Amino acid sequence: MLAFFIQRLMQAAFVMLVVALIAFSLFHYVGDPVLNMLGQEATDADRAALRTQLGLDQTILVQFWQFMVSAVQFEFGISYRSARPVSELILERLPATLELAIVSAIFAVVMGIVLGIYTAIQRGNWLSRFIMTASLIGVSLPTFLIGILLIYLFAVELGWLPAFGRGQVVELTSWWDTGLLTTSGLRSIILPAITLGLFQLTLIMRLVRAEMLEVLRTDYIKFARARGLSRRVVNLRHALKNTMVPVITIIGLQLGTIIAFAIITETVFQWPGVGALFITAVRFVDIPVMAAYLMMIALVFVVINLVVDLLYYAVDPRLRVQGGGK
Amino acid sequence: MSLTQNSAERPDTASQREDTTAVLSVRNLRVEFPNRHGTLVALDDISFDIAPGEILGVVGESGAGKSMTGNAVIQLLEPPGHIAAGEVRLSGERIDNLSEEDFVPLRGRRIGMIFQDPLTSLNPLFSIGDQLVETIRAHLPLNEKKARAKALDLLREVGIPAPETRLDSYPHQFSGGMRQRVVIALALAAEPELIIADEPTTALDVSVQAQILALLKKVCAERGAAVMLVTHDMGVIAETANRVAVMYAGRLIEIGPVDDVIQRPQHPYTEGLMASIPGLGARRERLYQIEGAMPRLAAIPSGCAFNPRCPHAADRCRQERPSLLATSQGQAACWLHDPVNPVARRPLQETSS
Repeated sequence: MLAFFIQRLMQAAFVMLVVALIAFSLFHYVGDPVLNMLGQEATDADRAALRTQLGLDQTILVQFWQFMVSAVQFEFGISYRSARPVSELILERLPATLELAIVSAIFAVVMGIVLGIYTAIQRGNWLSRFIMTASLIGVSLPTFLIGILLIYLFAVELGWLPAFGRGQVVELTSWWDTGLLTTSGLRSIILPAITLGLFQLTLIMRLVRAEMLEVLRTDYIKFARARGLSRRVVNLRHALKNTMVPVITIIGLQLGTIIAFAIITETVFQWPGVGALFITAVRFVDIPVMAAYLMMIALVFVVINLVVDLLYYAVDPRLRVQGGGK
Repeated sequence: MSLTQNSAERPDTASQREDTTAVLSVRNLRVEFPNRHGTLVALDDISFDIAPGEILGVVGESGAGKSMTGNAVIQLLEPPGHIAAGEVRLSGERIDNLSEEDFVPLRGRRIGMIFQDPLTSLNPLFSIGDQLVETIRAHLPLNEKKARAKALDLLREVGIPAPETRLDSYPHQFSGGMRQRVVIALALAAEPELIIADEPTTALDVSVQAQILALLKKVCAERGAAVMLVTHDMGVIAETANRVAVMYAGRLIEIGPVDDVIQRPQHPYTEGLMASIPGLGARRERLYQIEGAMPRLAAIPSGCAFNPRCPHAADRCRQERPSLLATSQGQAACWLHDPVNPVARRPLQETSS
């Protein structure tokens, strides 16, 4: 178990190293930042001074090492655009994105599993057929279109929910302002959360359904019924647990995608999160912000993958023994 | 093996059969599978009884309907398969017309079932203790602690060494034979009066087969449970069963005491079946083969289903279907045994070439 954990940790560290290399090389392919920062009136001496100050006169290897050292401490330098530390900018925006991602992930996972189980057990009745057909729409429509349609219907036509923004926020801690504790905040998160989670919901639902149908055909399910267990116990205890083994992986990967794809939803709903920050950074070629965002998303994926691997262990005893015993 | 010695101890159950005392009584059972092209008749007019404490062996080729009969009794037919006609009675009480909801309490409590493959019968994600406790608690009013104690007793009874240490183990930590012991413990947990064992030893090593059969016989005898033993292995039947039912193309074609059926088969198909078993008869250069193959369910010939392959087939066999007719010891569905006007038996020729 420990050996497995350490091995996975090393793999994760390697992935992060590679991503850091890519993020670092961004700085060298998008022009000379010194020219951008100082403008036309600056003298050569000014430029040399700033270069030394930013450490750009060092060799590439030394620069990469310094980038890595500061990245580990969550230091990504100064934003070219707002002249504030990048870590500060991201931390300021992160709660909004995380709240949106978590709410839409919960929405997608809970609804996906429930509907998946329902359509598997009640295969063939009209409601399952309807859900399956509707899910095709969810899979095939692009996120921004869904967002715009939802805004049109619920914000413009019906006027039930706000069309943009995060509503009122209250301070939870010094660095976390939450929108989940105010009515306007809760109302504001509904449409973006549905927009962001709908694709994942349909994906999870179709996956759960397919896996569940597979599991319901197995001998141990038939034997569980022959032992006199009720339908409910057979479906929700025996079949569901076996269904979850492959589903966990996909859900894990999808959570990463939810955070990464929040960019589009945040743009559509003008949600003040890191995704919107990234879009602005791209427009102004704000390399430190882009590099930091890249590293952050990579970290999210790596951590989630690690957690998924550990969850496998918790769910499937066969892995536990093979990995732990030897 | 101890064939003759066993038969002396066996009660002659064939003569004392009565609907009211039989644990399982099946009458004119018909199972159909409707599909796009019509309706397949998977079981046609099956009737038999199993007395308390009796072991009835059910034999036949793959696809003859042996397992289907077991599944129909416990109502675990794969849809769209369903019982279309006939009656199933458990200790005199009709059960074929119960709804799924009413049938659930019967499974495990009054009818236990053992499947062919112990490797896939247990849920790999639950410890065997969990699976035993949930089964026990589904049927008996015991708390967790008492159910665990009963689970330990059951494991001990089916011969799992050091059950205290094995209760929290997962199925993959057991060998095939040990898993089948666990499956038997699960099937017997609530002391059902009828056990349906569907090829319980087919997936096991030969050396383990004998142990599992002996165990099954022992625990059923101790509880007085009746057993319907489905298998294609005549050796298993000879070792274990009191009576044997032979199935062919979804029909029951012969039933009788096991020694009679093995030594003096009355239906030409059973004759062929017995002659084609290696080792039981005299050693031959070549094994006997029944010409042809069992018909598909969609193309069962009229009259007797066996007539195209039967060496004695007459015109009547091709037109009229024989029902079970009395023979010296049992019954056979063959016009050779018509009390009024039997079809003439042709001399059996050894297959040349």
